[in-house]
Amino acid sequence: MEERVWIKDEGIEAGAAKLTPEKIEKTINAVFDNETGARLKAYVETCIHCGLCSDACHFFLSHDRDPRFSPVGKVKQTIWPMLKNKGKVSVEFMKQAVQVAQTECNLCRRCVQYCPFGIDIAYMMSLVRRICHKQEITPLYIQDTAHSHAATMNQMWVKDDEWIDALQWQEDEMRDEFPNARIPLEKEGAEIMYSVIGPEPKFRTQLIYQAAAIMNETGMDWTMPATPGWDNSDMAMYTGDSEMMGRLKRMHFDTAARLKVKKIVMGECGHAFRSVYDTGNRVLGWRMPPIPVIHALEFYWDLLNEGKLKVAKTFDEPVTFHDPCNVVRGRGLHEKAREVVRAFCPNFIEMIPNREHNYCCSAGGGVINCGPPFKNARVEGNRVKAEQLKATGVKVCIAPCHNCHGGLEDIIHTFELGIELKFLGEIIYEHMEKPNAV
Amino acid sequence: MQDIYLLVSGPLAWAAWAIFLFGSIYKIWKTLDTAKKKEQVLFSYVSLKYGLRSIINWSIPFNTVNMRLNPALTAISFFFHIAFFVLLLFVSAHQVMLGEGFGISWFTIPDTLANILAFGVLGACIFFAARRLTVPEVKYVTDWTDFALLILVVAPFVTGILAYYQIGNYMLMIILHMLFAEAVLVAIPFTRLSHMLLAPLTRAYIGSEFGMVRNVKDW
Repeated sequence: MEERVWIKDEGIEAGAAKLTPEKIEKTINAVFDNETGARLKAYVETCIHCGLCSDACHFFLSHDRDPRFSPVGKVKQTIWPMLKNKGKVSVEFMKQAVQVAQTECNLCRRCVQYCPFGIDIAYMMSLVRRICHKQEITPLYIQDTAHSHAATMNQMWVKDDEWIDALQWQEDEMRDEFPNARIPLEKEGAEIMYSVIGPEPKFRTQLIYQAAAIMNETGMDWTMPATPGWDNSDMAMYTGDSEMMGRLKRMHFDTAARLKVKKIVMGECGHAFRSVYDTGNRVLGWRMPPIPVIHALEFYWDLLNEGKLKVAKTFDEPVTFHDPCNVVRGRGLHEKAREVVRAFCPNFIEMIPNREHNYCCSAGGGVINCGPPFKNARVEGNRVKAEQLKATGVKVCIAPCHNCHGGLEDIIHTFELGIELKFLGEIIYEHMEKPNAV
Repeated sequence: MQDIYLLVSGPLAWAAWAIFLFGSIYKIWKTLDTAKKKEQVLFSYVSLKYGLRSIINWSIPFNTVNMRLNPALTAISFFFHIAFFVLLLFVSAHQVMLGEGFGISWFTIPDTLANILAFGVLGACIFFAARRLTVPEVKYVTDWTDFALLILVVAPFVTGILAYYQIGNYMLMIILHMLFAEAVLVAIPFTRLSHMLLAPLTRAYIGSEFGMVRNVKDW
């Protein structure tokens, strides 16, 4: 096998420079002893090294079946030596382990569906990330995002007044089209709290406009918070910073509780949904989220089926649909999404594989958030996605997830696919009946 | 030789079965107990319905996407596991021993079928070994323990076949056959062969997570 290329990252290097063998051993054993139990032991002892998880992984397939990129290959490069040597591993080993776990696995859980025993390798990669977090060798860019969460309670260093300002700006813009439209702030007792991720007010404000238009035109009783807690995103979940994840989710749920809403509706984001619906609630001791959490895809489906959302004209160009891992493998929204897509886009073409077996975009799991040093590796690691997109022959792809957009955009650009990406809300906004528009 | 035979077929067999039985109970109890002490939360996410749904779907040949992606391996793996238990339970020689020892017996399979199955198991193990040596993603995660386990598992079948055809010293082969079989029994709770005991647990847990929380199939 040819030598692997290990990427230099300032955050990893700076953290590694401060690592000592004692600290490495202590942190690894602290995590294994205090934060794991029967699950990890059963996974490691049950795995019979059959390699059957390999075909699930886009990194493995895109690297011409290089075994170092197979799911179990990643466990071999991280967890096994840590356990075998009881935490006595080198600094160099940790630098490589963090690259494997943090940038070469999207925690997409496709391999879980391929393992005969249902071993959750994503869980094991998360453990490695947790160890790396405690050793302070998390890659620079995603750590910066985690710092933003800690300092501002949102992902993008958005200041409190900037948030309100962005919403009022969008409300202002909307009034050209819908003279009476509102983005209600702090409306206590509203049915819905609508929450978004930090990048929406920062650089995708049109999505707030579109969502607000849908809310207004379908007659929803909704509100957005004017305080921190509006951001549902969570990169701390992906750096292994469980404490910060708990703070974030608590503030999000607390905000919804303060506003006395009946449910939280979230924008088209995958990782945030995983955090609010599946992970963050557990950290806080809730078996399931304390307030119902509805992803945009499900919300659109509800509106359509309740007759509140009506199709004015269809989008006739051939389109394909990318199933985001966190709302499909994470919530099973694939059929509902298809019903909405088909209602608006009669010329719908499946990519293969699809639904819960779709390939990940390679941006998720915090991988795109590790930033420019890892961009090329991330895109090259998902050649199969480019081939899968190309085979559909379409020029428009709907991807209802922010991270998927980022990842697919880079793939489309690098492999010169000439495909335009859209959020589903974008198509709905442009093609729905707008009774209040002028 | 006769004394060794009596030892292996008597006290050692009792010991092996006892270690297997109590070791297996201990292994499962220990796993559940550790989970209860350190990850009690896991039990909140276990559902009988979805756990069984997952176990059943993964027990049907060619039912899962990955089984269909690897048809040869799927066929051989299913055959191997089924033949293993069929031979253990229904070979006439085993029934004779049971009859002599305990006065009980049940359905037996014809010797011709037993022969075919035994040679089939041998072939399956050769296939598994070849796979470990030639398929890069399997080779990469294979170490000597994987081959040791494979040899351990195949040894009772090799010696069983040799004994049946009376190749070499018959008595020696029978003794070795029983010794290796006893070694397999003892190894099950304490090596990766424990997947026999733990796979239903890992499968049921992840099946529950996928079915109950995530509303999606895990196959």
